[in-house]
Amino acid sequence: MVRNSLGRLIPENFAGKRLVPYRDPWSLRPDRAMATRGLRRVNPGSNKLLANLHDAITAAGLKDGMTISTHHSLRNGDFLLNQVVRTIDSLGIRDIKIASSSIHPVHAELIPYIRKGVITGLECGVNGLIGELISKGELDCPVIIRSHGGRARALITGDVPVDVAFIAAPCCDEYGNMNGFFGPSACGSLGYAMVDALHAGCVVAVTDNLVPYPATPISIPQTLVDYVAQVETLGDPAKIVSTTTRITTDPIGLLIAKYAAMVIEASGCLTDGFSFQTGSGGISLAVADQVRTLMRKGKIRGSFGCGGITGYFVEMLEEGLFKTLFDVQCFDLRAVESIGRNPDHLEISADMYANPFNAGAVVNRLDCVILGATEVDTDFNVNVNTESNGYLLHNTGGHSDTAAGAKLAIIVAPSIRGRLPIIRDAVTTVTTPGETVDVIVTERGIVVNDRHPGLKEELTRRRAPVKDIRELRDEICRVTGEPRPLEFEDEVVGLVEYRDGSIIDVIRKVKE
Amino acid sequence: MADYQLRRSLLYVPGNMPSMLQNIPLFHCDGVIIDLEDAVPLSEKDAARILVKRFLENYTERNKEVLVRINPLDSKWGLDDLRVVLPALPDGVRLPKADTPEIVERLDTLLTEFEEELELDIGRFRILPSIESARGILNATGIASTSKRVFALAFGAEDYTASMEIERTKGGEELFNARTRVLWAARAAGIQAIDTIFADVNDMEGLRRETELIKRLGYTGKSLVNPRQIDVVHEVFAPKQEEIDYALQVIDAIKRARLMGTGVISLGGRMIDAPVVKRAVRVLRTAHAHGLVDSAVEDEVVYGAE
Repeated sequence: MVRNSLGRLIPENFAGKRLVPYRDPWSLRPDRAMATRGLRRVNPGSNKLLANLHDAITAAGLKDGMTISTHHSLRNGDFLLNQVVRTIDSLGIRDIKIASSSIHPVHAELIPYIRKGVITGLECGVNGLIGELISKGELDCPVIIRSHGGRARALITGDVPVDVAFIAAPCCDEYGNMNGFFGPSACGSLGYAMVDALHAGCVVAVTDNLVPYPATPISIPQTLVDYVAQVETLGDPAKIVSTTTRITTDPIGLLIAKYAAMVIEASGCLTDGFSFQTGSGGISLAVADQVRTLMRKGKIRGSFGCGGITGYFVEMLEEGLFKTLFDVQCFDLRAVESIGRNPDHLEISADMYANPFNAGAVVNRLDCVILGATEVDTDFNVNVNTESNGYLLHNTGGHSDTAAGAKLAIIVAPSIRGRLPIIRDAVTTVTTPGETVDVIVTERGIVVNDRHPGLKEELTRRRAPVKDIRELRDEICRVTGEPRPLEFEDEVVGLVEYRDGSIIDVIRKVKE
Repeated sequence: MADYQLRRSLLYVPGNMPSMLQNIPLFHCDGVIIDLEDAVPLSEKDAARILVKRFLENYTERNKEVLVRINPLDSKWGLDDLRVVLPALPDGVRLPKADTPEIVERLDTLLTEFEEELELDIGRFRILPSIESARGILNATGIASTSKRVFALAFGAEDYTASMEIERTKGGEELFNARTRVLWAARAAGIQAIDTIFADVNDMEGLRRETELIKRLGYTGKSLVNPRQIDVVHEVFAPKQEEIDYALQVIDAIKRARLMGTGVISLGGRMIDAPVVKRAVRVLRTAHAHGLVDSAVEDEVVYGAE
């Protein structure tokens, strides 16, 4: 075990890999080239179209011990990963690692296949039950959590060699050109899958909507796609990109949003050319609503909105408040509808969005990002992966990527969640290092990282409720009491990889 | 000082909901009315009283006026409400169904007894009578001057329309006379007037229209049912820049006159008398609450040092 720079104990090896302990957000750069894959040759007249997943898995040459991937743009409506794993099992293939861009509660169906040894590792974060069972030690399956940018990096560097990528293609032709804009399973951007298409050993497009050649617009081109497999359906349209994206009506949430808007205004970044990202949560959208009002009032024309895109951002684009939307993933159907029609609503890859090891990702150009947290600590470290019970329940998403990239990373969270204080002496799990977090906003006050004395002063001048982080922690604990610390076993069941591939924290088995 | 206390927004908070009580310090309203009456089901009257008492005991860093709406004194809960809650020191009591001066006098007497028992200054607990029936409207003038504790009259349109057996509409024409009469009674007694609630928490435009109306009429504030309504009401009550500029000139003139030792104050050739000063002070305190001026007006500036 070694301690990384945040004081977290990191094993030297995990699941057969040698680990690099996290040191800082900026300096790590391995001295090596991008991963390569073999040349391909498809002669005229050859056929890529296969009848089903069974044939596709056979044609792709999937064998015991290999790694597969899918994208999570269909979110909790995705049927593909479950179908692929079922078929893999029926072919008798074992010891498969999953390196999808994320796993959702719908994939709890994989649990029996993990128990059976079909799936033996998760090279990706998980949302929901699988994570809980891994945390409890009830499921033996090492998990490595990566941010969106970190996953793109891992595929590009070859740290995670994907043998076969199964790409859900809502609109696809028989030669493999595809987009996510149209069809019964339309999900909008295919930003995550673009990386898989470029770097996986074999690329299988899977579609429930085969259209006459060529499928346009082309998000992922035929030159990257080895096979096209047909399935009955890719997902449940009622659950595909069905995140409820509505502004909160909770007065506490609205108060937090109001304070966050005060911070943005006081920071001075709200001028022409402003770039902005928020999530799809109710508070994030309430902040976006406040920002929208401020932009209208100041006649400010922003540069771009990015990230997971909601209908709310689409409205801001259409209103002329942003020049462009950079969309790596659509969060709702209004966003899907817009990306297929508006040329200013651009589909971008996860690499372009957030990979730290390229010549500059979009997150580097962000002025301001609004992020959530399950916990923050007095060093400004943020946890979004584990819940107060210690269970791994959430994936990182773009959290640590955008925090590192944006000039102003604002964490918004209610000061009390359930009965627990949000500000702790040390977070259970570090997802995002405090060095990249600028401001924490709760309904009880605003905390500014000491790196921004000017912002702190300006907020105080505007009579915003600026507090010291320890003062705020004490205030909250006076209401909630001091929670009993969680107890963990020594056994490491998962890793939290920072975007550069170093290990920022580990997930330990919870003592029951 | 109390004359100038800002009461643009008095937010009702149900006394039986800990999750909402704990947020009282966080909201930016001028005052809260913790409700033991209509919001609390009969089965929870006891529990709510104790909860409110505990909350008030722990709310040591008071940052807004705290009133408690007790149950009517002729109900079987009203007296117990006072007995349990007053030792935790709310600023005052909102008295429902204040139909006659006698009812308010009765509360006044009770409060005096509690103050003696608790060894507090007599007059510490203040009274906000709710005028919410035809009878109350007709008696408003008397009610306004029953006691020095009465700092304002509150109009309650929900009960009023019920007592009149009429529907309350968003236009509010049916309330106009009653609303004006409560206002006159309050103003005649030199106290503030607080308008009724606006029940539709999703209709911010309706709330804005109604608040603009009551501000124009002369009301000093409004009762609110949801924290989301606070900002709209404050926006309506925010003074305009020219009002602020004029008020600043008035205060400046007072300071100059005091320096010169003259009792007569003039500004631009016009004499500044007490109502003008009072108005200027109110404008500036409101402006300060809105963050539009850097400091509030000190009493010393207005009245001079002793």
